[in-house]
Amino acid sequence: MDRSSPKPEAPPLIVEKLSHAFGRRQALNDVSFEINRGDRTMLLGLNGAGKTTLFSLITRLYNHRGGSIRIFGWEIKRKPSEALARLGVVFQLPTLDPDLSVAQNLFYHAALHGLPRREAAARIEREIERVGLTDRMHEKARTLSGGQRRRVEIARALIHKPKMLLLDEPTVGLDIASRQFLLDHVGMLCREEGLAALWATHLIDEVDSAARVIVLHRGRILAQGPVPDVVRDTNSASIRQAFDGLTGERGE
Amino acid sequence: MMTPVHYYRCLRGIVWREGLRFVNQRGRFVAALVRPLVWLVIFAAGFRFVLGVSIIPPYQTYIPYEEYIAPGLIGMIQLFQAMQSTLSMVWDREMGSMRTLLVSPLPRWFLLVSKMVATVAVAVLQSYVFLGIAWFWGIQPPPIGYLTVLPALILSGMMLSALGLFISSAIRQLENFAGVMNFVIFPMFFASSALYPLWTVREANQKLYYICMVNPFTHAVELVRFALYEQFNGEACAVVVGALVVFMGLAILGYDPGRGLMVRRGGGPE
Repeated sequence: MDRSSPKPEAPPLIVEKLSHAFGRRQALNDVSFEINRGDRTMLLGLNGAGKTTLFSLITRLYNHRGGSIRIFGWEIKRKPSEALARLGVVFQLPTLDPDLSVAQNLFYHAALHGLPRREAAARIEREIERVGLTDRMHEKARTLSGGQRRRVEIARALIHKPKMLLLDEPTVGLDIASRQFLLDHVGMLCREEGLAALWATHLIDEVDSAARVIVLHRGRILAQGPVPDVVRDTNSASIRQAFDGLTGERGE
Repeated sequence: MMTPVHYYRCLRGIVWREGLRFVNQRGRFVAALVRPLVWLVIFAAGFRFVLGVSIIPPYQTYIPYEEYIAPGLIGMIQLFQAMQSTLSMVWDREMGSMRTLLVSPLPRWFLLVSKMVATVAVAVLQSYVFLGIAWFWGIQPPPIGYLTVLPALILSGMMLSALGLFISSAIRQLENFAGVMNFVIFPMFFASSALYPLWTVREANQKLYYICMVNPFTHAVELVRFALYEQFNGEACAVVVGALVVFMGLAILGYDPGRGLMVRRGGGPE
């Protein structure tokens, strides 16, 4: 039997015994977790915890050395095309082309996924409407505010209809209203469309009690599970207290 | 599953974006055109009587200096375009646009080749606009030459953009375009046959002559020069194709997620 062909009900993301080092610096150490349909998982860690390395490995910017990453059952190293086609990504750094219009940026992304133009147009219209930017479609990305650009990037990540969404510190530098919009939007996607989301952040107040949390510290997972469980298991009053207790450092 | 039609749509999208970027950045469009024209109109006029150009192939008669350097300036257009479009991916917002490209489900080598094709498409367009303006300045190669130069433009453009991609994967020191100008563009441009026939270089300095001869840019310029006058330069063609294969191989290796320099560079700052 072909080991690479996944079962139809394979979970959106399984990371198993993942380790990665840059030279002698161990960036990730024996990291394992699973994300299921509809899960909204907050990957909580301080700067340097290994969040960006983890995201780079899941998006196959470079290959992992030890362990495995499977997206809907497809091992990213062996079946990168199958895996990446099912993944939507919002990068930490802004990645819209400021000299192109919003629509042009989105059509470019659709082309990278091989979508036909007409189908792309319909999906773009829908996604951009859901983030409330229909009237800005034909303006250059340069003219948008930081929050608006992030909304476009979320719309872009969903154009090829992935069922797994990765967001790498998407709220950095945004005002409170934009931050709340993103949190609500992703929450809605998980609740109503069964999308699975992995949201990396170093901001503890983005972790609400309805989410799951993975606490990553110095390349290791210290705790994971639904937020109330993690709070209870660490005998804490809040996720903030749990985080501080686990890491021995004060979070933001 | 990715089928040929997916590949086609992806390639079309990448070329389309490169074209849009070029048209939308009006400053870049004008600069790309003015740069070679300044050389043609001012530099060449100044040196017209300093440098005597004897009859060398592919020319059949004494030619004015302007006519000699026109193919070299086309090479300059291609060199700038290649470096600008490939290297800008790296430093534009710290690899932002590169990363969006690389999460495409299509194979990475195909994405890189598409990027090269897009770069070349713009460079070819620029070259023809330059040739059009140069025509009014008296640079008037035979009409068929405008057709026979096309494959030469494509081939040399591919070679130069492959070089740019390779550099973008390998080097992190070149943080801005000034660095690329000083360490890549100027050395390649000046140590070549773009501005002076190589026999004059040989008389002046034997070592420099050898450097010019191993410089693939020299052969790119000669390929274009001969093609513009309806002739085929086999040696230049062989060197350009060879360099294209080598640079492309290195670029694909450089972006290979398993062994490339991406691995050592890491995912950027955390």
